[in-house]
Amino acid sequence: MTFDLGFIAQHLPEVIEAAGTTLMIWAAGAFCGLALGFLVALGRRYGPAPLAVLLGVIVELLRGTPFLVQLFLLYFGGPFIGLSLDPIPAGVLGLTCYAAAYYSEILRAGFDGVPAGHVEAAACVGFSGWQTIRRIILPEMAVLVMPALVNMTILLLKETAVLSIITVPELTMVTSAIGSESYAFVEALFLLALFYWVMVEICGHLGRFAELRLARTGLVAR
Amino acid sequence: MIAAVSVTGLVKRFGQAEVLRGIDLEVPAGRVTCLIGPSGSGKSTLLRCLAFLEEATEGAILIGGEPLGFAVTPDGRRTRLPSGRIRAVRSQIGMVFQHFNLWPHMTALGNVSEALKTVRRLGRSEADDRAMAQLRKVGLQNRANLYPSQLSGGQQQRVAIARALALEPKIMLFDEPTSSLDPELTGEVLNVMRALAADGMTMVVVSHEIGFAASVGHQIAFLDHGQLLLRGTPQEVFRKPRHARLDQFLDTYLDRGAAMLL
Repeated sequence: MTFDLGFIAQHLPEVIEAAGTTLMIWAAGAFCGLALGFLVALGRRYGPAPLAVLLGVIVELLRGTPFLVQLFLLYFGGPFIGLSLDPIPAGVLGLTCYAAAYYSEILRAGFDGVPAGHVEAAACVGFSGWQTIRRIILPEMAVLVMPALVNMTILLLKETAVLSIITVPELTMVTSAIGSESYAFVEALFLLALFYWVMVEICGHLGRFAELRLARTGLVAR
Repeated sequence: MIAAVSVTGLVKRFGQAEVLRGIDLEVPAGRVTCLIGPSGSGKSTLLRCLAFLEEATEGAILIGGEPLGFAVTPDGRRTRLPSGRIRAVRSQIGMVFQHFNLWPHMTALGNVSEALKTVRRLGRSEADDRAMAQLRKVGLQNRANLYPSQLSGGQQQRVAIARALALEPKIMLFDEPTSSLDPELTGEVLNVMRALAADGMTMVVVSHEIGFAASVGHQIAFLDHGQLLLRGTPQEVFRKPRHARLDQFLDTYLDRGAAMLL
C-alpha cells in the first residue's frame, strides 16, 4: 500500500465544503455555548437558590455523560418529546449545551476570581449591578479565564467530529466516507488530522493574541 | 442643625455573632470623626454599615436626615427602601478602603473618571477634566496614565481618594486607609486627608493612627466589643484619668507615635 495524497485532489471540493461545515458548527456552538454558559454562570452566582441548584444539576449531568450519548439522546430521543431536528441544527444545539456546561464552570471560577472589594468599590460609586458586571467584573475576569476558554474552544472543535454519528456532513464524516470508498484510509485520516491541527493552531494563536492584548492593559500584575 | 450622619440603636449580627450591640452616634457636618478600638471591636463593620456595604440587623442610619436603606415606621418596624432611593442617599457618601480596591484594568485617570461616565453620564472630555482636577488635588496629575500596578501603595490610595471625591460626596468614609501601607507611605495619605479635613469635609475615619485621630479628629469614638464606650473631643477622651479599657488599648500604641498622648 502506498501513501498517495494525489487522489485527495479529486475530492478536495467536498473536503473543503465539509471543513466549512465543521467551522460553521464549531463557531456557532462556541458562540452560543459561551453566551448560554455566561447566563448559566450568572444564574448560579447571582440567581435565587432554586435556580442555582437546578442549573448546577444540569451542568453536572452534561459534564458527567459522554457527548456521544448526549447527541444520540437529542437526535434519536428528541422526536419522542416532539423535538425533531435535522442533523445540523441538532448538532449545533447539542454542541451548544455541551459547551455551555463547561464554559459556565470556567466563567463561574472567573466571577469568584474578581476580588469582592473591587465590586464593593463599584457599588460605592453608584454602579448598578449590570454596570458593575459590564465595566468591572467582565474585564477583570477576562484575563483570568482566557487561557481556559481558549482550551475549551479547542476541545470543542475536536468534539465536532462526534457529530458524524448523527450524519452531520462535517469533516470527519466526509473524509471517512472518501476513505472507505477509495480504501485510502491512511491518507484520508492524515488529511483529517491536518485540517483539525491547522484550525486548532489558528484558534490557539488568536487566543494568545487576546491574552497579550489583555496583558498590555496592566491587568496581569495585580 | 441636622447631623451629617445619625446612627441610632444600630445592631449587626453575623449569624450568632453580635458585632454591633446598639450603637448611637452623631457625626457633625464639616467635622472629622475617628473611630478607634481594638481589632474585632466592630469599628470597620460600623463604617461598612454607613456605606451600606453591610446591612444593619436593627436600628437606623440617617444621612443628612434621609434614611439609609431602611425606613423605620413609628411602630418600630423596618422596611427596605426602593433601590433608587438607596442609591440616591448612598451617592452622598464616598468610601476609601484599606486595600484601595482600584480597578486594575483602568489607569489612574480611568479609575477616577469611570463613575462620572458610567453613573453620572458625563461626556468623556468633561469626565476626564473633572477626574484630572481630582488627581491634581491629591498630587498625582502626572501619574494619570499609569495603571494601579505601576503605582506605589500610597499613590494607589490617593487615587482611591480622588475616585471617591470625583462624585462630590458630602461625607467621606475611610476604612483603615493607611493600614496596608509602609510607614513611609502613610504620611502622604494622611496629608491628603488632613487637607480634606481643613477644607471642611465631613469625615468618618476608622484608623489605628492614634496620632492622626488625636491631632485631626474633632470627635473620637472608642469602640470595644461592639459597643461605643467613649465619645467626645480628643481632649475629653484622651484626658487622664482615662477609661481603663482605653488606657489598656492605648498602651499597645506607645511605640507607634502616640507617646504624645501620655
